[in-house]
Order: sequence, then structure tokens, then C-alpha cells
Amino acid sequence: MSTEAAWLGPEEWQAVMLSLRVSFWATLAALPLAVFAAYALARWQFPGKQILNSLVHLPLILPPVVTGYLLLMVFGTKGPVGGALQQIGIVFAFRWTGAALAAGIMAFPLMVRAIRLSVEAVDPKLEQAAATLGAPRVLVFAVITLPMILPGLIAGTVLGFAKAMGEFGATITFVSSIPGQTQTLPSAIYTFLQVPGGESAALRLTLVSIAIALGALLLSEVLARRAADRTGGR
Amino acid sequence: MLRVSLHHALPGFGLDVQFEAPPGVTVLFGRSGTGKTTVIQAVAGLLRPDRGRVALDGELLFDTTRRHWLPPHKRRMGYVFQEGRLFPHLTVRQNLLFGQWFAPRGAKRESLDRVVELLGIGPLLQRRPGLLSGGEKQRVAIGRALLSAPRMILADEPLSALDEARKAEILPYFERLRDEIGIPMLYVSHSAAEVARLATTVVVLQDGKVQRQGTAAEVLGDSAVMPAGVRAAGALLEARVAKHHSDGLTELDAGGVPLFLPQIAKAPGSQVRVRISAHEVILSRQRPEGLSALNILPGTVEHVRTGGGPGAMVSLQTPAGRVLARVTRRSAQALGLETGAECFAIVKTVSIAPEDIGGG
Repeated sequence: MSTEAAWLGPEEWQAVMLSLRVSFWATLAALPLAVFAAYALARWQFPGKQILNSLVHLPLILPPVVTGYLLLMVFGTKGPVGGALQQIGIVFAFRWTGAALAAGIMAFPLMVRAIRLSVEAVDPKLEQAAATLGAPRVLVFAVITLPMILPGLIAGTVLGFAKAMGEFGATITFVSSIPGQTQTLPSAIYTFLQVPGGESAALRLTLVSIAIALGALLLSEVLARRAADRTGGR
Repeated sequence: MLRVSLHHALPGFGLDVQFEAPPGVTVLFGRSGTGKTTVIQAVAGLLRPDRGRVALDGELLFDTTRRHWLPPHKRRMGYVFQEGRLFPHLTVRQNLLFGQWFAPRGAKRESLDRVVELLGIGPLLQRRPGLLSGGEKQRVAIGRALLSAPRMILADEPLSALDEARKAEILPYFERLRDEIGIPMLYVSHSAAEVARLATTVVVLQDGKVQRQGTAAEVLGDSAVMPAGVRAAGALLEARVAKHHSDGLTELDAGGVPLFLPQIAKAPGSQVRVRISAHEVILSRQRPEGLSALNILPGTVEHVRTGGGPGAMVSLQTPAGRVLARVTRRSAQALGLETGAECFAIVKTVSIAPEDIGGG
């Protein structure tokens, strides 16, 4: 760690660690919701399904600045939700948690899409078979569906993590770019590019970004292959 | 005893059936697209019918008028699907034990060892389903259903995805389920041979209605009911194994008439059922002499049924039971075959296929 600390300046190092923390929590919190939404969209027929589908995809098609501004209006300290949460001591605005919220929301549609595809690939007839053998719905999901969608789940998680690492527009609009608080990797690169002589720091952070992205991709390949081996192909 | 009463709208026709399945094997017999699978799925709880009521041994599984609906996982029906539906991410052993996790404590259940032995799947236990042959998969699927401590086995055309050799391999296991485990079974089929081998009771479905219900011998011997088509018609004879001959033949005693078959693996004295394909039967007004065929059954014509085609279905009462013979209309006329006429039914020994011979 000390060599990296020497290679990266303290502010750059801070941005890297903050981005990792933000992305980790964003992905972790979004994952169960994404699995639920993906399962619901893939398997259930219910009124308002198209509306849910559009809502899920909204962050993907809206300009990120718009998403960030909406977050600010809703989750800002004067916003309806943000104000209420402030009463119980939870603040998103201009905190790293806000960055995580923005990153999670931006990553959500990508995660849902990847997981939904893998849920659709699971034959519902297998779930029926499990039910006739006495398994209640929740257990059918845990013992049959979940293991079979594992490769898609991993792919979705990595995709979500990568998206969260790269999130810029919504984050900077919602929580600004305060060094050590909300200055994630992309906002740090952007900030360095705005000051004279900041190019070398920006380049170093760019290299770190590339390394993290490639590392995550590699890890997901390995995990997905292992999961696919376990399900025995067919 | 399973009591079924169902109404359900299907594309093109309405399903409207009522029947009772007494202990033993009840075969739902009919062509494809007559609603057989819909019935069995409703009994399992995988399909919610428009209206209806199903009760097993007095316990209500569902009743739409009372808004009662037991979900499938609470019905304890061991379902054997057409395509096996084994869980690909679990080993054969884990597949077999899957249902045991959910079976109620006190339920009467078979042991893994007994089921593995019964189905001959010991060498497969550590494998994954992806590497099994079709017949092996279906044996594991039967075992998996059996080990979930079911109150009844539901089998939806479990042999139809297999080739002829595999069918012959799997069918005896269903006979063992019936004879050795004694579990009641509702079995969907469009094959007359499977009916002949397995059925205690046959429920014939046609266009969503019950056309006929009765024992296998009654239904297969009725020339008015041919759900599998005229080419698959054939009556069922019940007989007793008399003796095995050294030249590879088995002699049966069918109501006093000797019947010769290619050797079967049944001890003398045991009851067997033999399906005689209608198109393998030759009729003669005189007892033929100097004929290579070994089986000659004397009988009386009950009736002759003709349609628009060149064929006629002759129903014959013999001491061995009813025999159906498919001949041409021309022959029926030339021989003067009409109700009450005496004649002889001739059946070649080698025309009796092993898949048509089952335990009594």
C-alpha cells in the first residue's frame, strides 16, 4: 500500500478508495432489489408491469444530470424524502452515501437487464417440478432458480459495479465533488483536468480506472465459468 | 380414491370431465390434444381450471365453488413429467433426495436404498443429469417423485419422449411401482400398449369429454372406442401361464384355450394380460389345417363395424375373452361374417409383441 500511496498523491488515493467504497455499497444495496425486479419482470404478470419496466430503465435513458437533479430535489435536505430521513439522522446530500445512492440508481437498470435475461433462461418447468416435490415458492427460488441464474447474477453485479465506478453526471450534480467526501474517481479526473499541471494526476487515475475495470471483468469471467461448471452445462 | 370434476376452456374446445380413479393405475387414454395433460396438471395444482373440484381420499385439493385451492407443494403428488425435468445443477442423488426435505415427518416413505435398487440407478448417483441418457433420466425422475413421499403418482406421458427400446426399458418400472410399491397412479397415455400393460382402470378422453370408463379389458375390447386410432386397436386377453416349452415358447391357458407366445419371464401359474393387435388376427370360417400359426381361437361374431373405408372391425366372443379382428369389408362379406356367425381367430405367435404382454 505504501508504494501505491507514494505513486498516487493523497488526494488521488482518497478518490480511488472512495470510489471503491461507493461502488461496493451501491452494488451491494442494489443487488437484492435488482434480483427482485428482474424476477418480477421475467416471471410475473401484473398490472403496471410496463410502468415498472419503464421506471427501472429510466436512469439508463435520462441524461445523468437530470437524474442527479431529481435526486437532489427528492433526497436533498429540503426534499420530501431527504427531509424526513434527516429527522432520523440519515443524510444523503453532499455525503459519500449520496454518491452511493446515485451510483446505485444509475447501475440498477444494467443489473436488472443482465439478471432478467438469466431468469428468462431458467425453464419455469423446473420450478413447477420443484413445487410438485413439496418445495414452497421461496425455497424453489433459493434452491432452484438462484443457483441456476448465478452466472447472470455475477455478470450483472460486475456490470453494475463498473457502472458505479464510472458514474459521473448524476453524482456530481447530486453530491458535488468534495475531496475526501464525494470526490469519486471520475470527478477527481475531471477536477484535475480543470487545473493547470493536473494532467499527470489525471493520467494516473485513468490507469487505475482501467486496471480496476479489467480486474473486475477478469474476476467475473472466472466466477461465471465456475458457476456454469457447477450447473453442469445443460 | 381420487375424484375429479373439471370444466376448463381450452383453445378450440371445452374440457368437461368427471371420473373417479380407484386404487391401482388409472390411465387417462386419448389422442393428443384431448385435454389429458390439462386434467393431470389441474390435479397437481399446476393449472387452475375455470371450474371444478378434486378430492383425494376424502381430502379436498381444490373446489372452485368454495374458493378452496391447495398450492402444488402442499398436495404431495409425485409428478413424473414427459421430459424428466431433473434439476441440472444437482447430482442424481441430490435430485432424488430433493422431495425428502419437504415431506412431512410422519409420511409413509420409501427409503433411498429401496428406490435406487428398484430402479437400478445405483451407478448414477454421483452424476449430473446432463450426462444421463433419456431412459436413465426418466428412471431418476420416477425415483425422485417416489421419494417425495407422495400420496399418488401422476405420470404425464412419461415414455413419449423415448425411443422404442427405452420405452421397453422403462415400462416395467411402472409395473413394479404398481405391483411392489402399490402406490395409486394417474397415468396419461395415448398408447394402447401402455394401457394394456399398466391400467387397472381406463378413462378414455375424446374432445375434452370422458367417452368411456372401465377396466382395460372392457375398454380395449370395445370396437366403438378406439382413441389411439384403428391401427392401434386390439383386445386384451387375460390368461394364466401354463408351462414353458423347451423350444422357446410359453404356453398360456386363456379360458381353456391354449395360447402360445415367445417365451416370457413369468413363473407358471402367474396371471398375464396379452394384447392381441386387431390387424394381426386372421379369421376363418373352418378350423384351418396345415397352418403355421399356432393360436386358433374358436368364437362367435358379436358384431361387425364398418366405416367409410375398406376395413371392417369384427368383434368376436371367444372362451379366452373378446378378440378384435381387423379385416377388409370384402372378406367380411365373402365369409358371411355377421352377428352370431361361428368362426376361428388365428393369431401368429410371433405377432404377439413383448410390449403387449404384462403382468395380471
